Parts: sequence; C-alpha cells; structure tokens
Amino acid sequence: MSLPHLLAHVQTHVALSAAALSAGTALGVPLGVLAARLRGSRGAILGLVNVGRVIPSLAVLTFVVPILGVGFKPALVALALLAIPPIAINTDLGLRGVPPAALDVARGVGMTAMQAFARVEWPLALPVVLTGVRTAAIEVIASATLAAFVGAGGLGEYILRGLQAGDPALLLAGAGSVALLALAAEFTLTLAARRAGERTA
Amino acid sequence: MLLGPSGCGKSTLLRTVNRLVPLQDGRVLLDEADVASADVTTLRRSIGYAIQEVGLFAHMTVGENVAIVPALLAWERSRVAARIDELLNLVHLDPHRYRDRYPRELSGGEQQRVGVARAIAARPPVLLMDEPFGAVDAIVRASLQEETRQIARTLQTTILFVTHDVDEALRLADRLVVLRDGKVEQYDTPLAILSAPATPYVGRLLDADDVIRRLSLLRVRDAMVPGTSDATIPEIAADASLRDALDAFLSGAETLAVRAGASRIGTIAYENVRRALRAPDAAGTLP
Repeated sequence: MSLPHLLAHVQTHVALSAAALSAGTALGVPLGVLAARLRGSRGAILGLVNVGRVIPSLAVLTFVVPILGVGFKPALVALALLAIPPIAINTDLGLRGVPPAALDVARGVGMTAMQAFARVEWPLALPVVLTGVRTAAIEVIASATLAAFVGAGGLGEYILRGLQAGDPALLLAGAGSVALLALAAEFTLTLAARRAGERTA
Repeated sequence: MLLGPSGCGKSTLLRTVNRLVPLQDGRVLLDEADVASADVTTLRRSIGYAIQEVGLFAHMTVGENVAIVPALLAWERSRVAARIDELLNLVHLDPHRYRDRYPRELSGGEQQRVGVARAIAARPPVLLMDEPFGAVDAIVRASLQEETRQIARTLQTTILFVTHDVDEALRLADRLVVLRDGKVEQYDTPLAILSAPATPYVGRLLDADDVIRRLSLLRVRDAMVPGTSDATIPEIAADASLRDALDAFLSGAETLAVRAGASRIGTIAYENVRRALRAPDAAGTLP
C-alpha cells in the first residue's frame, strides 16, 4: 500500500468520523436539552443514551449489518451511537450549570422562553457542550478503525492487513495516522471550546 | 421599601409585581392596572429588575448587558449605543473603559453598578430591586445607595426595594413596609415607624428605642440648614432635640424655623432629621 492509498483511506476515515460526529451532535444535543428540561425524565434519558457507550461498537456492527448491509451505513450508525452519550451528557451538564441568577434576570427583563434559551442559556452552556463534542470526536476517530471490518474502508484497513500479514510498517502507518487525526481533532476542538468559553470562564 | 428578616416573604412579594411569582390570591396594581391582565413579556420589559446576585450575562460585554432590554424592544442601533454610554456615566463607570469589557473582569461593586444600569436602561417607570447592594462592602454600598437615590429622583422612578438591612431601609425609604412571616406588620414613613412601632416586633427589629434615644441626644442646631426663613412657618428652639423636631413633623409640619435667642438662624426639615440618622456614631460624639 502506497502513499496515495493512505491519503484515500485518511479521507474515508475523516469523512466517516465527521458524518458520525455530525449525526451524534444532531441527536445528542436535543437529547441533552430534553434531559436538562424534563427533570423527571432526566435519569431515563441519560441512562438510555449511555447504552450507546456501554455496548461495544463491534457488537453494534454485528447487529446493524444484517439490517443495513456492509459498508458506510452500518459503520456510521455504530459510531453515531458512540458519539451521542458524551454530547448529550455535556449538553445537560452545561445547561444545568447556567447560573440561576442569569436565568432569573433573563425572565425578569422580559425574554420569552425561546429568547432566554438562544441569548442566555445556550451561549453560557456552549463551552461545556463543545467539550463533549471533543470527547466524542476522539472516541469516534479511534473507533472508526472498526469500519474496516464491515468493508467501509478507512485507516482500519491498514491495521487489519498489518495484523494479517504480520507487517509492522502497515500497522504503524494505520495506528499512527489515527493517532495524528485524533490529536488534530483534540487540538481544534479544545481551541473552539476555549474561544467560546474565554469570556465566561 | 420592604424590610424583614430572611424568609419573611419580601422577595416573593417583590416578584409578584413582575409575575416571576404567580399570585394565588389577591391583585397587584401598577398605576391602577392589574398586572395579571398585562402581557407578561411587555409587563416585564417595562419594569426594571435588579437582584443581589446581579445575574450579569457572562458571555456578553458590559455594554451588551446594559442594552439587553433596549435590544428586546428593538431600539435602533445608534440609539442603543448612545444610551449605553449615558447609563454607564450615570452609574459612574467610564464608558470607554468599561463598555467592551466582560463581567468577570469587574469587581463586585462595578458589577452591581452595571446591574443597576441594566435595570434602568429602558427608562422603566417602576424599578424592582432585591437587595441589590447586598454583596458589596459597606463603603461601596453607601455610595451605591446615594447614587440610586439620586437616579430615582432624577428619573422620577418608583423603586420597590427589598432589604433585610435596617440602616439601609431607614436611609433610603420614603415609605417602609415591615414584614414578618409573610404578613405586613407596619406600613408608614421610616420616622413614623421609629417613633411609634405598631408591634413589639417592629420596635425590636428597628431598634427603635435606640434610634429615638439617639435623636433625643442630637440638637436641632447641629442638623439645621443655616439661613433665613419665611415668617409664617412654625418655630423650634435651636437647642431642642431632634426628637422634638420629629414630633413636630409627625404632627404635620413640613419645615420649622430654628430660633436662637431673638433671631431665626436657619430651617430644619424632615429630611435633615433623617440625614442626622445616617451618621451612626453622631450620638456618640455628643455629651
């Protein structure tokens, strides 16, 4: 396997991770908002969400493949399930961490519920939410290697083949690239969270 | 001014006015209109609101915080910018230094000032203040109290003010409501309450005996405003006590001419007696 191959696999890996992270955010944030809002159902929602973390992604894949077939789709589902918990949990955490006085004033000066959420609650919770997204991103990038098992490509191919062929160079190329990607995601999202939080922290 | 110990219901009462606490029974009238029949967001945007925790929005600049109600009311941008500077000047914060800073960069006293500026931003006719100066030290508190008084007077704002601090109540209140366990114990001017507490509880809470004793130790001469006076107004002797002056005010006099020997040397009004109360150790400096 040569360099152009590696770049193609990096591309697949990134595309798969980004799609899973987007899906995880699209589902995790609303679930987190619900958990913070419906105090009675909070335990149930977060408990359900956590199931995604408890079941190994490999097991999820074996459940999903019979339904969706092999390739990109089952990998996306398994990884999105993995991304939801940290995002939902941190969204809940961030929203519940908004100072009660700020909420009291938001209502007191005559904001509607929507305005209070958009102008006060969400911006104040955002740094914590982004920390959740960061955690999810790293987990997703690392676990996206499993996509190779269902023929979705990505850097897992190198690890699989390296293992099969007993070739440490292939293993290293795959594992090293995954580590670099994870570090890059960590770095970018930490910066984003810090920028969002630098006024409030 | 609502005065009472913690848990007596003074904040709850205050918060029924802008309907943060719903009423189970009774009515709250603002300018003879029932607040329950107003649109709740319109109502709240027309009532200033400042609380002890200040509740500045940490992700917004000082200017954005101050402008929150004008923004909700969709004022024009240029009008909002001018108003921000005007308000910051009013609470003695230099707009150029403070406008674009974030709340966490401010001291407690500065945050309270921003909180007051935010509350009066859209010129509300009514202002609700819930222990707004509770979290700052005594010196800052005294200057904030004085500024608030002046602001209220200049802007013709009616302030409903919650405090558990008796000195603050005596210093600021035009009319004072003493609360206990959710019930009104007494409602009157501070000096009327001091001189005739309706219940033993009110007397103890205000330390009324002590205050009256202090007044009887102070002489009219020391609290009066020197100058001439209208011949028609009633007189009081320069060496009479402020307690005597207070009695005269409570029985209807507005201003008294101060007589020393054969001449009138000044005047004294209710406000001067109250001012004398503000110097806590004044009594101690006299024989």
